[in-house]
Amino acid sequence: MAAVLSYAVRGLTRRHGAGECAVLANDRIDLDVRPAEVFGVLGPNGAGKTTLVRQLMGLLRPDTGSITMFGHDVVSRPGTAARMAAYLGQDDLALAELPVGVAVETTARLRGLSRAGARRERDEVIEELALGEVVNRPLGRLSGGQRRLACVAATLVGERPVLVLDEPTTGLDPVARRSVWTALERRRSARGTTVVLITHNVLEAETVLDRVAVLDAGRVIACDSPGRLKASVSDDVRLDLVWRHDPPVDDPTVARLAATARVTGRRWTTRLAHAEARDALGRLTTGPAFAALDDFSLATPSLEDVYLTLGGTCRDLERT
Amino acid sequence: MTLTTPHPATPAGPAGLPPATGVGVAAVPSEDRSPGRAGGKTGRRKAGRKGRAAAGSGGAAAGAAAEEAPVPLPPPTAFPAAASAVYRGQLARARVARVPLLFVAAFQSLGIMILLRGIVDVGDDSAAASVVAGSTVLVVAFVALNLLAQRFGALRAAGALDYYLTLPIPGAAVVLGTAASYATFAVPGTVVTVVVGSLLYGLPMGGLWLLIPVTVLAGASLAGIGAAIGLLAPKPELATVAGQLGMSVVLFLGVIPADRLPGIGRLARDLLPSSYAVDALAEGFAPAVDWAHVTVDLAVCAAVAAVALVVAVRSLRHAGRS
Repeated sequence: MAAVLSYAVRGLTRRHGAGECAVLANDRIDLDVRPAEVFGVLGPNGAGKTTLVRQLMGLLRPDTGSITMFGHDVVSRPGTAARMAAYLGQDDLALAELPVGVAVETTARLRGLSRAGARRERDEVIEELALGEVVNRPLGRLSGGQRRLACVAATLVGERPVLVLDEPTTGLDPVARRSVWTALERRRSARGTTVVLITHNVLEAETVLDRVAVLDAGRVIACDSPGRLKASVSDDVRLDLVWRHDPPVDDPTVARLAATARVTGRRWTTRLAHAEARDALGRLTTGPAFAALDDFSLATPSLEDVYLTLGGTCRDLERT
Repeated sequence: MTLTTPHPATPAGPAGLPPATGVGVAAVPSEDRSPGRAGGKTGRRKAGRKGRAAAGSGGAAAGAAAEEAPVPLPPPTAFPAAASAVYRGQLARARVARVPLLFVAAFQSLGIMILLRGIVDVGDDSAAASVVAGSTVLVVAFVALNLLAQRFGALRAAGALDYYLTLPIPGAAVVLGTAASYATFAVPGTVVTVVVGSLLYGLPMGGLWLLIPVTVLAGASLAGIGAAIGLLAPKPELATVAGQLGMSVVLFLGVIPADRLPGIGRLARDLLPSSYAVDALAEGFAPAVDWAHVTVDLAVCAAVAAVALVVAVRSLRHAGRS
């Protein structure tokens, strides 16, 4: 059924560099992205996410493997992706000196819209993403968040069947981030647009994605809906403890937690079974360690826990 | 071993679409969502150059047969529309930043002409014509070769070429549109230079209309070379240095009259495309214009322009995908 998939990726492998310095950026990746799906690729920096999307957009040629888009071969005809998909890359130098409105309108024209059509879509997307105040200012003179938002606006014009977005909400404030998520959802539900979204933000992945492929060191280590992935990592819960000052190490509960906790400054993070976590928290809050405890929280597993449970090793996934 | 996408809805018999049961997938049947699927092969043709991805036009009539056919591709943007959009975008971008550079380009040439005024014999019209024509083409070289090499070098280094390479436009539209916008900013400088030069050296101005084809063809050939340098240079610094070096060569070999150059210099001059533009423009100052000569010179410029632009377009693809 590859013919109807927005993307069908099989055995995708790509190395960077040559000889002993070669790095395996993508290692035998298989993915199915269905029409009208918001599909995510989650992974820490350096996991191979950008290499993957650049191949999806025909910007990089895979060493081996195949990519088809609605049945069209992307590897042998790299222009296919440019016609089917709108792409938001990580760099915006090509648009940096243009006023926001001109950048959006020019991009729409380059996607084949008539002048009137380009202006109409420009006005709509500027209003949708609340960029009206900066419409006449060059991107280069905007704050990082507004600049990114303007690039998202340029990506959204022209009604492509597929949107491929490489970390679209990096640097955005929460309000702008939500407006981007809403804009994507609107296109998906109204026009059946497929969205492929690269992120290293766990909250974004859990909020907007239908399905997510978790990438680590070039491999897909899991791929399913965020809900099912979280359910798959057992009943463990995450216990976060923030210490006001050094905790009493002679306390048996503290000693037990210290053995397994991941320590970040004064924050300890452990994953425990439900009952064990409740028990530990009970002892801490009633015992002598409570005086040293500043804050604590119990949470059900996040996609970060999925990533770590499945063998992910990096620690730089964003949580907020 | 490869971990595939474990989804319960992909048993993937060739007959059935995976039902849209993924979490959060809207309950619209998949076949209705695939954009433009009703068209099939004829739809691709009929979509026309102004057509866009006609989203969601499928409907129940599309039927099972259409499921086998690939979804038609949205048409690419036609070259004239794409090139003009790139051109106008670049003009908007350059409106502020390029104005000072425009004057720098003209001042440099004016300075050279004034400097050489003291050396060139007043009665030597042929040498004077060479100096004025060379200085004028130098303005074009400054913008087309130097600035364009810098621009494409910077775009390549930042990975910003992805923006153009992921739009449905021909690479030639990017190179030509950008080059044309830079050339536009060279126009006032060339006019000022050639007029001031003619007055300064007492040359006739009857043949000055030749400036138009000379600027266009020299601009296209040097811009093609400049773009190729920027796109092929492994580092942006190298692109800048190479662009400036190219401009210096144009300066020395263009401004100095051919008969005063040593043998090797004359050979180099013959190999340099800008020399033909200089000769064509210089011919315009002669009392009796040798039109055959001018035509050949301009034809050489046009041929070099065509080759340089092809090389630049190939470099664009190569730079984006390397």
